[in-house]
Amino acid sequence: MTAGSLLVLLVDDYPDNRDIYVQFLTYSGLRVEEAENGHQALDKAFELHPDVIVMDLSLPGLDGWEATRRLKNDPRTRDIPVIALTGHALAGHSKGALDAGCDAFITKPCLPERLLDEIRAIHGTARARSGDPTT
Amino acid sequence: MSRDAGQCAQRALTWLQRYAGVRRGLCLAADSAPPRLVPVASLGVSAPRLERYSVDLEVRDHPLTQALLSSTPTILGSNGHGATTPLGPGPVQAIALAPLSPRDLPAGLLLVSPFSPQGAAEVRWLARVLGPRLAALMAARRVEEAENRLQRERGLLYGIINAVIDPILLTDGDGRIIIANSRAETLLAADEDQSEGRRQAVTLNNMLFSAALTRHAIEGAEAPRHEMPLVDPVDGSDLLFELMSTPATDVREGAGIVSILRNVTDLQRATAEIEENYRKLRQTEADARAERDRLDLVIDSVADPILVTDPGGNIVMMNAPAERLFVAVDGDSEEAHRQVQANDAHFSSFVSNLFFEGDSRRRTGSIGLVDPITAASLPMEAISGKIVSEHGEVTAVVTILHDRTEELERARLYEDLKKLSAELEQKVRDATAELVRQNELLRRSHIALEQASALKSQFLANMSHEFRTPLNAILGYTSMLLKGVSGEMSPQQRRNLERIDSNSHHLLSIINDILDISRIEAGKMPLTLVEFLLPDMVREVLAEVEPLIARAKLAVATELDDALPLVKSDRQKVKQIIINLLTNALKFTPQGWVKVTAAYDTRLDRLTIAVTDSGIGISPKDQEVIFEDFRQADDSPTRQYTGAGLGLAICRRLTQMLGGELTVRSALGEGSTFTLTMPRMPQD
Repeated sequence: MTAGSLLVLLVDDYPDNRDIYVQFLTYSGLRVEEAENGHQALDKAFELHPDVIVMDLSLPGLDGWEATRRLKNDPRTRDIPVIALTGHALAGHSKGALDAGCDAFITKPCLPERLLDEIRAIHGTARARSGDPTT
Repeated sequence: MSRDAGQCAQRALTWLQRYAGVRRGLCLAADSAPPRLVPVASLGVSAPRLERYSVDLEVRDHPLTQALLSSTPTILGSNGHGATTPLGPGPVQAIALAPLSPRDLPAGLLLVSPFSPQGAAEVRWLARVLGPRLAALMAARRVEEAENRLQRERGLLYGIINAVIDPILLTDGDGRIIIANSRAETLLAADEDQSEGRRQAVTLNNMLFSAALTRHAIEGAEAPRHEMPLVDPVDGSDLLFELMSTPATDVREGAGIVSILRNVTDLQRATAEIEENYRKLRQTEADARAERDRLDLVIDSVADPILVTDPGGNIVMMNAPAERLFVAVDGDSEEAHRQVQANDAHFSSFVSNLFFEGDSRRRTGSIGLVDPITAASLPMEAISGKIVSEHGEVTAVVTILHDRTEELERARLYEDLKKLSAELEQKVRDATAELVRQNELLRRSHIALEQASALKSQFLANMSHEFRTPLNAILGYTSMLLKGVSGEMSPQQRRNLERIDSNSHHLLSIINDILDISRIEAGKMPLTLVEFLLPDMVREVLAEVEPLIARAKLAVATELDDALPLVKSDRQKVKQIIINLLTNALKFTPQGWVKVTAAYDTRLDRLTIAVTDSGIGISPKDQEVIFEDFRQADDSPTRQYTGAGLGLAICRRLTQMLGGELTVRSALGEGSTFTLTMPRMPQD
């Protein structure tokens, strides 16, 4: 892990899925932090200010939609792109996610390399938008 | 000598006064018709005494008559001989005056007083001289008087003739006018100073008159009256006269003709008028008769019996239908006669009621009659109306009878119908109530079903999610292992891992299909209509299935119409169907080719997209089941081809959503053609 590489906050309550993406993203040279519920996700986001947040929407307690809403309503975390991840393929889910403020939406199953592509794409877009040339 | 008898006698008396000492004298002249003596001159006699004095010579014993007839002078009144004379008391000498001729009676009688013998010779002489003279003068006087009388009578006659307004003429044998009254002169005589037109009219009238007279003369008394047209010379108007001519024979004047013309111009006009009136009367009568005939015709043509009754209740007129009911002839049965009488009685009773009901002019009621021939009962509706003269008297009653049999029958049928209808209505009401109840049950079960369906869809969605989470892990780990994240592995390990990967993907596709079906059935897959071009879409499809094509090692051709129009539909769903059909074709074609064609039917405004392959084909029996859920042609557990058998089921559902249809044409071993037909535009 090198300083300056992308920091991703991965939020999922299913340990195996977290494990797969952590392994692969780390293997691919990204830094990954994990959270297993909404509250943890908010705490870590405020604390670490990651470059991208991958948010599973079905979470125990504070769910992914609500967590995303709070992040997007907070000036400290507003600019962090959020990729929503869900096992529900119904149309209502993606719309709810985008309404909550998610920047992208991925339906499970999602192969680790696809997630990586999505993270890189959305980070590039966010960086271009913020006009930050340093990262 | 004077020509007048009076003057002559007066002078004679004056002479006697002077030469014979006569103081009073009277000269009486003998008149012949009637025979009498009348005073013509007097001397010393008061005039009143002589007024109206005359002596009737028929009275023979009158002293003066006797004196007249005596050849010697007679002395009167001297010794009581004879009566007193107009000369008063005292002796009077009466001496007859000598006649004109000796055969005649004396011309008169001279009375003188006083009588003196000295003057006797003078008196005698004078009587001799004066007699013939007086007789001649008296004769002349008589002639003059007769002429005067004639003249008066003639004047009177002319006055009378002129007073007659009809022209009267007397003509001679040659037709020349001898006498004409003024009216005739107006028509037939003209002076030189009168106008040319008037003279011409008169000339014409004369000609006409002469012609009429001639005709009259020829035709004689057979036709004593002739009509003769003349012209009024005053105003030129046409006049018509009736000529009545009578021959008049006069001893002195010879044969003549008296003609009376009667102006019948007005009479002719009146006659013409009378004729015209008569003609009109005849015409009116004919009209009335025609009207009557027409009325009869009308009345007879009416199917309902019509009767006209006089105020006495007698039937004065009836049409043929009425005759059938109210007239029986000899040939009819006794029964028929009886029925006719009964009918008549019923009818009379009805009509007489109307006569008794003073004010009402109409009466409507029912009479029960019987057809005399068929003996069928006829319930009749009777409508009677009074015909009232201008004096307010009822002159007749007209009655129309209307057979109500059919009407009553209809009413009865209508009642039956109404009853049936009511029964039917009740049945419908019952059925409707039952339907409502069933409907309510259905509605409830529908709600229950919908709830169940929603629960099922929710369950499937949840299941799908629950499946995906572990499947995500399996696919994720497999993928990482294959990518060598955990280091290298033996070829055998890698081959096994690829099997795991392949099966995992199959499982995922099954789960996705199930999810699609549950989404369609839950109505959670709405149509998103956009306009697009089919060739673009086909290119995209080919690009997406390129890995499969490459693996199948098949030639894939496209045959697209040049004139494919812009389509408005759900692009994503059309694409999903084509991908599915193409994937199937690739899967079931071991070798050969696959072709995608697209065409447009202008007439039906529909598009067809077909996927044809040279694959294994489908038997007719299997063609019926391939569109069902979870079905493949080969359902056996050991089947050769993978897939959940949900692809065509989904395609069929999607096609229905697009308003199109999906058909297959195939034979075992000869390939298959799947055709999607869809409208170019949404239909609603």
